[in-house]
Amino acid sequence: MTRSVPAIEVQDLRKVYGSGNTEVVALDGATFALAQGEIAALLGPSGAGKSTLLTAIGLINPPTSGRVFIGGRLVFEGSRAAVNVRTFRRQFIGYVFQKANLIPFLTARENVQLCLEINGASPRKARQRAMELFEYLGIAERASNLPHMLSGGQQQRVAVARALANRPQLILADEPTAALDSFRGRQVMELFRQVAREQGAGVLVVTHDHRSLDVFDRSFEMIDGKLAEATPTAAAPTEAPAFP
Amino acid sequence: MNLAIRDVRHNFARFILTVLGLGMLLMIVMGMGGIYRGLIEDATLLVDRIDADFWVVQRDTRGPFAEVSRVPLLLEDRLRSVEGVAGARAFVSHTIQREHRGLPLRVGVQGLSWPEDKGAWLPIVQGRPLAHPHYEMVADELLGLGLGEKVALGKDTYTVVGLTRAMVGQGGDGLAFFTVSDALAIQNDTPGEAIRLEREARRVRADENGIASTNPGLLEMADAPAASIPAVAPSQASAILVSLEPGADPQEVANVLNGWTDISVHTTAGQRDLLLTGSVDKARRQIGLFTAILVTISAIIMALILYTLTLDKVHDIAMLKLMGARNTMILGLIVQQAVMMGALGYGIAYYIGIWLFPRFPRRVIVVESDLVLLAVIVLFISVLSSILGIAKAMSIQPNEVLS
Ligand SMILES: Nc1ncnc2c1ncn2[C@@H]1O[C@H](COP(=O)(O)OP(=O)(O)OP(=O)(O)O)[C@@H](O)[C@H]1O
Ligand SMILES: [Mg+2]
Repeated sequence: MTRSVPAIEVQDLRKVYGSGNTEVVALDGATFALAQGEIAALLGPSGAGKSTLLTAIGLINPPTSGRVFIGGRLVFEGSRAAVNVRTFRRQFIGYVFQKANLIPFLTARENVQLCLEINGASPRKARQRAMELFEYLGIAERASNLPHMLSGGQQQRVAVARALANRPQLILADEPTAALDSFRGRQVMELFRQVAREQGAGVLVVTHDHRSLDVFDRSFEMIDGKLAEATPTAAAPTEAPAFP
Repeated sequence: MNLAIRDVRHNFARFILTVLGLGMLLMIVMGMGGIYRGLIEDATLLVDRIDADFWVVQRDTRGPFAEVSRVPLLLEDRLRSVEGVAGARAFVSHTIQREHRGLPLRVGVQGLSWPEDKGAWLPIVQGRPLAHPHYEMVADELLGLGLGEKVALGKDTYTVVGLTRAMVGQGGDGLAFFTVSDALAIQNDTPGEAIRLEREARRVRADENGIASTNPGLLEMADAPAASIPAVAPSQASAILVSLEPGADPQEVANVLNGWTDISVHTTAGQRDLLLTGSVDKARRQIGLFTAILVTISAIIMALILYTLTLDKVHDIAMLKLMGARNTMILGLIVQQAVMMGALGYGIAYYIGIWLFPRFPRRVIVVESDLVLLAVIVLFISVLSSILGIAKAMSIQPNEVLS
């Protein structure tokens, strides 16, 4: 992939859940592009369609209509996938969700290692890479613990390491820092930014954390399935009304 | 990276319990097979061990095991006179249940034709065959009698001179070997009062017919034992065993014997068939059916276990799919666990079985071919029963990670 093509390009994306009375339009003609090496925030109220957009781009949840390109390649034409979804996901996309979703019977290191081995890395290389990431994320000493022995924040950092392990072209994160304290939360966001810069990856992060907004190159706001670009500074932290 | 082993290690206690349960179930399947073998072995043991070419029985009967057969002891001498016959000995067999040392004692009483047959062919593990024509017995270990122990049967007392191993009758009772005359004495033991009454009855009958007045000597004979009175049937055997001279043509001898209208002739193989198709057959089919049901139940239980294990991992499998894991990896996880479960269950079944089965009251015989067959069946149901789990796993969508 060359720098000239966008990491993500989304054209007039629509997603309708259900039909008739229960119909919900989760995405209503979303269009945007994200350059390689760029990190963007996706903001918006609950139920706006942020996760729906992320999973459509992430080849997890096909849209109803519209087109999705990743690295210049058409991946969704309407609900039809234009690539081998599994291989594509494995090679090009890293995911982080609100929950860590670690495999409970594998140690922290094995969770990351497995992701690398699935992608063809030798066990030795995979182990090395996993430890590298753990060092950086400050969880190296927990590498051989099972997930249930880790705190929520530690688990989430393992999940981040797993998403970054294969050096993906695209990182999709859905409220990744919800379980972290502000220091670790910020650290993860900065790591994403660094990965965007160094690997030329596109990074799209759904977040409610307005304190980290300065990390992002751009931010998008989604309301009722419609997407609009916002200037980072414009999205000032909204103070909650005082408790009566 | 092997996921199956890591998953098992993580849920070790549950896995072990599951395997234990499955092992017990498989042990029962193994035991059923063993009981089946034991039944056949017990039933045919005597026929196989007693070295006879022909079993001569009462005309038109399929005795002496499948039904009652009665032949006179004199038949022995008639048979010995046939060309090609090397020997003939009476087969006397009946089961008695008496009391010994205050406990019930069930004995399969076998008569040996003294002096031709002293029981040298018996698998004697302690002591010796019979050495005297009376009051000696060779007993099976199963009867719990010690060497030299004296057992009162009827009016006489018999001494255990030898012990055999694994000589049991069709019903699983231990056998004891006596001379034919002792065996008959045990069988026909009549209380003194009954004998006195019978003799009195003979005297009355003789008086009524007027025999006594014309031939008073007969009255004296009426007081003699039954065997010495002419025209009273002598004691009878169940069958006469015939062994042929080396080189004699069995078919020729059989043809001669079949010409005799008071007896029927069965070969040893024929006798074996009679046993298996006759009295043992129903029990055999019963056990066979039961085993089939048990195998089916094992398969269903295993399928359920594997399905539940898969359900527990829906989220993890969705994550694996999201990570781009190939289906073979997920399939491997399930099938490997199934096979591990089957193999360990089989091992447990085997070890519990070989410890437990010898403690059963009747013989449970586990033979190698049955073990191999069971192994194949276990492997088959392991793979078959994972199908349900595999189908579930394949239907899991990566987006279930989000739920
Ligand atoms: N599987 C589904 N079936 C039906 N409706 C759905 C489904 N998933 C989401 N929706 C609906 O689509 C809309 C957008 O949901 P989505 O999860 O994308 O919102 P979101 O912006 O991620 O919200 P949040 O910030 O709470 O995570 C919501 O109204 C939701 O109820
Ligand atoms: Mg969401």
